[in-house]
Amino acid sequence: MTLYLKLFWEFFKAGLFAIGGGMATVPFLQEISRKTGWYTAGDLADMIAVSESTPGPIGVNMATYVGYTTAQRQAGPVFGILGGILSTVGLVMPSVIIILIIARFLEKFRENRYVNAAMYGLRAASVALISSAGISIVFIAVFGVNSIDEWRQAVIDYRCFLLAALILILTRWVPKVRDMHPILFIIASAVIGIVFHMSVPL
Amino acid sequence: MIYLELFLSFAKIGVMTFGGGYAMLPIIQREIVEKKKWVTEADVMDYYAIGQCTPGVIAVNTATFTGRHIAGDLGGICATAGVVFPSIIIITLIAALIRGFAHIRAVQDALAGIRVCVCVLVFNAVLKMWKKAVVDKVTLVLYLAILIASVFFDASPILMVVIAAAAGLLVKGRAKA
Repeated sequence: MTLYLKLFWEFFKAGLFAIGGGMATVPFLQEISRKTGWYTAGDLADMIAVSESTPGPIGVNMATYVGYTTAQRQAGPVFGILGGILSTVGLVMPSVIIILIIARFLEKFRENRYVNAAMYGLRAASVALISSAGISIVFIAVFGVNSIDEWRQAVIDYRCFLLAALILILTRWVPKVRDMHPILFIIASAVIGIVFHMSVPL
Repeated sequence: MIYLELFLSFAKIGVMTFGGGYAMLPIIQREIVEKKKWVTEADVMDYYAIGQCTPGVIAVNTATFTGRHIAGDLGGICATAGVVFPSIIIITLIAALIRGFAHIRAVQDALAGIRVCVCVLVFNAVLKMWKKAVVDKVTLVLYLAILIASVFFDASPILMVVIAAAAGLLVKGRAKA
């Protein structure tokens, strides 16, 4: 029982203090590993890799993975499932509570001039931050480097450019095709990735 | 049954997202802005801005916001449960059954293709939002300044959001003379 409470509590803390998206939980997961010895740094590297390569928010994936693995090692697969669920609930609970409170506040002050003025600035910031995240995915996905600081090591892989150009044309300019669901483009790209072995640099 | 509908819609969004909260943006636009019309493009921008400076996973924040907007606190909880549900199933299956999943050649190849696609989809999503958020000189300056600060100087997103809110208050918050 104490194991489940501890899992819940550790992830509750990570959910409360990790600000700015899923990858912000990684330092907390390292801390948990050091403190409890539930898993090693190598295990964590694998868990991050799996979380990135499966659907779903990365932070949530990592919580489920760590919770399942830890409980399963100590008590078997059935309890592993319970551990995964409790860790995930722990991770999301603080943000659900906080967002419900903020949403109540926003609703109350929807017509307030100051709130609207702040939102006018916030939206520009929001789009800028999303653009910046988009640029960093371009560096990882198309140039094979982790950030703009490593541009000297960038590899130009023409397959990535061709695929990007193809999707851009299809999603912006081809009538009917551009209205197709985004998941179809994602699935097609996965197939193209497999056919052309895109994870292996040229 | 609106609670079930919220749960299912967000489960669908969860299963279609590869990567962080940003990768979710094109799917969110399609599913809850265009198809369901539950929230507007501007609402989603607000959720993302607030999600940047509150704890937790941005995908979860957006789900909670939307669910609550449509069906109150319980709606927020149902939407959140929906967005994490596919992760719990998929990750548990992989953790239990497949060793070294992330090292499988086909998985890595597929992911390399998916990443390129997500880039383009996020670009399209951002372009749509850009037109709604960058509406005058002030917002253009804010946009460019924050983009440069965060791409080249790794500026803290929380700081950027606070500055932008303050700038908005300065420009639009003054009482009309």
